[in-house]
Amino acid sequence: MIRGAQDPAMTEGAISSKAAGVASAAVAAAAAAAAKTAEAADAPGATQAMKAAEAAKALAAEAGGRVLRQKRQRRQAAMFALMIAALVIALGFLALLVGFVAVRGIGVISWEFITQMPRNAMTEGGILPAILGTFYLVIGAMVMATPLGIGSAIYLTEYARQGPVVRAIRIGVNNLAGVPSVVFGLFGLAVFVKMFGFRVSILSGALTLGIVVLPTIIRASEEAILAVPVSYREASLALGATRWQTVRYAVLPSAMPGILTGCILGVGRVAGETAPIMFTAATFFTARLPGSIFEEVQALPYHIYALVTEGTHPEAQVPIAFGTALVLLALVLGVDLAAIVLRSRYEKSR
Amino acid sequence: MRRRIRENLIHAVLVAVAFSSLVFLVGIVLVLFREGMPIFQKTGLAHFIFGRDWYPTYDPPSFGTLPLMAGSFLVTVGAMAIAIPVGVASAITISQVLPGRARGIVKPVVELLAGVPSVVYGLFGMQIMAPLMMNVFNLPTGLTALTASIILGIMALPTVVSIAEDALSAVPGTYREASYALGATRWETISRVLVPAASSGIVTAALLGMARAIGETMTVLMVAGGAAVVPTSFLQPVRPMTAAIAAEMGEAPVGGSHYHALFAIAIVLFVVTLAFNMVADSFTRRFQRKVAGG
Repeated sequence: MIRGAQDPAMTEGAISSKAAGVASAAVAAAAAAAAKTAEAADAPGATQAMKAAEAAKALAAEAGGRVLRQKRQRRQAAMFALMIAALVIALGFLALLVGFVAVRGIGVISWEFITQMPRNAMTEGGILPAILGTFYLVIGAMVMATPLGIGSAIYLTEYARQGPVVRAIRIGVNNLAGVPSVVFGLFGLAVFVKMFGFRVSILSGALTLGIVVLPTIIRASEEAILAVPVSYREASLALGATRWQTVRYAVLPSAMPGILTGCILGVGRVAGETAPIMFTAATFFTARLPGSIFEEVQALPYHIYALVTEGTHPEAQVPIAFGTALVLLALVLGVDLAAIVLRSRYEKSR
Repeated sequence: MRRRIRENLIHAVLVAVAFSSLVFLVGIVLVLFREGMPIFQKTGLAHFIFGRDWYPTYDPPSFGTLPLMAGSFLVTVGAMAIAIPVGVASAITISQVLPGRARGIVKPVVELLAGVPSVVYGLFGMQIMAPLMMNVFNLPTGLTALTASIILGIMALPTVVSIAEDALSAVPGTYREASYALGATRWETISRVLVPAASSGIVTAALLGMARAIGETMTVLMVAGGAAVVPTSFLQPVRPMTAAIAAEMGEAPVGGSHYHALFAIAIVLFVVTLAFNMVADSFTRRFQRKVAGG
């Protein structure tokens, strides 16, 4: 009985679910029919067509988007290839330059080449006078420029208040940095060689090169001093130190590695400059090493120039020029590399 | 009390030292004008600038500097045609395309190469580039405006790359993120967002590269050929202003017209580079404001 009672209920349920299925099918059919009738009718058909068109458009857009995306990707790949090619060309050119000088110069270089006097009208022998001359000029220029440069940087960062004075000094520094090197040479000629009567000498050349390198040292020192945290100064001042004591004992020790880096980069620049010493210090040939700062000298960069433009034995002089260029290049790049390594180590330690 | 005197003394010394740069700059201006002005009185400004004949050692001499200025102009334009596209593209590659590790190596290498002395570029141009150009273009001499342009262009590259790279790297990261969020590809982000945002910095790079090319002496002295005629093509030898000063100052008798004329050329050179540097400076400041505001 209970089962019997249950059974019809079950059947009833099954039937009702079936009915529901039929009903939903019927609804779908009705909807389809309605759509057909609607299509037959005019006004609602327009919206229907529009909807269909939209669906088609969406489908097309998806496919088109893929195409467009591919196009954009391809374009990106092409442009990236172009950009990378430019960098390869740039580095390639520079590598070619260094490579050629190294290959043509290495054969000439020997212990004798860097420790002996030139012989036989510059066609044989070594380049010792040029190496020493460059050494003297660099020392002289740095002796002049380092105190002026670091002092300027201390004033600009620690003492000066923003105003017309600082602006004037900044104009001086910025524009001095942009003056062409040959103009420095003319200045040195007119002032040190002629007006002060130092003649063509180590002194005139070193003073001229000192002016050339001054902006480099000021900027590097300023940057290094500004990187010192303000709290160092505050702590020092709070202990009752004066401004100079603060600079001397709190700021400068911390800024020193940065300042040193700037000075080393300055050395690299001074060693390679030719135009400023052409009329103030350099000579193609000296029979002996200079005895005082009032004598003219040979210098590596000028020696290269003179070897390929003067003299009567180019076939003997050109190889020596490449050897000299390799010595100069090794000197300058070695000094710069030292500065860069020093800087990165210093930045890491901060 | 003694402490205060000491402090004031140090302050005074530092002020004096800080003025040294300005003193040197003013000194350069004064010297150039003092030594250069006499030639304007002698030949007249118009002839000096527009005269087509540079015959400083003839009798009577002629001091028209148009050939020299044209030489400088041609060589500088040629150098920039190489250095700007290659340099800016290299900067984009270094700052945006290369992975960070490679950037850390390439940037210092480029900066290192900025230190190669100009006389070494000159030697390379004279001994290796010039014979090559002579054979390729079948010329009587390889020392031409084109050769000088190529060497100067290579020389200006490290300057352009380094400054343009700094500018691109200084664009705030939010610009890039916003562009990616809008669905832009990396290249679209670079070309339409980052480069425009860094444009004033890139212009600075180009201007400073140009200033360097105009003022460069040793390379053009050794490579440009030295003919003081108004050039009609890139394949002719030219004598840019810097080369004329460097080559002739040794022979010019001090206090003579030739000596004054060379100083007067230096005035032109000084004014042009000063203008370039000042314009570059204003672009730098604009860029800094823009990045700070972004």
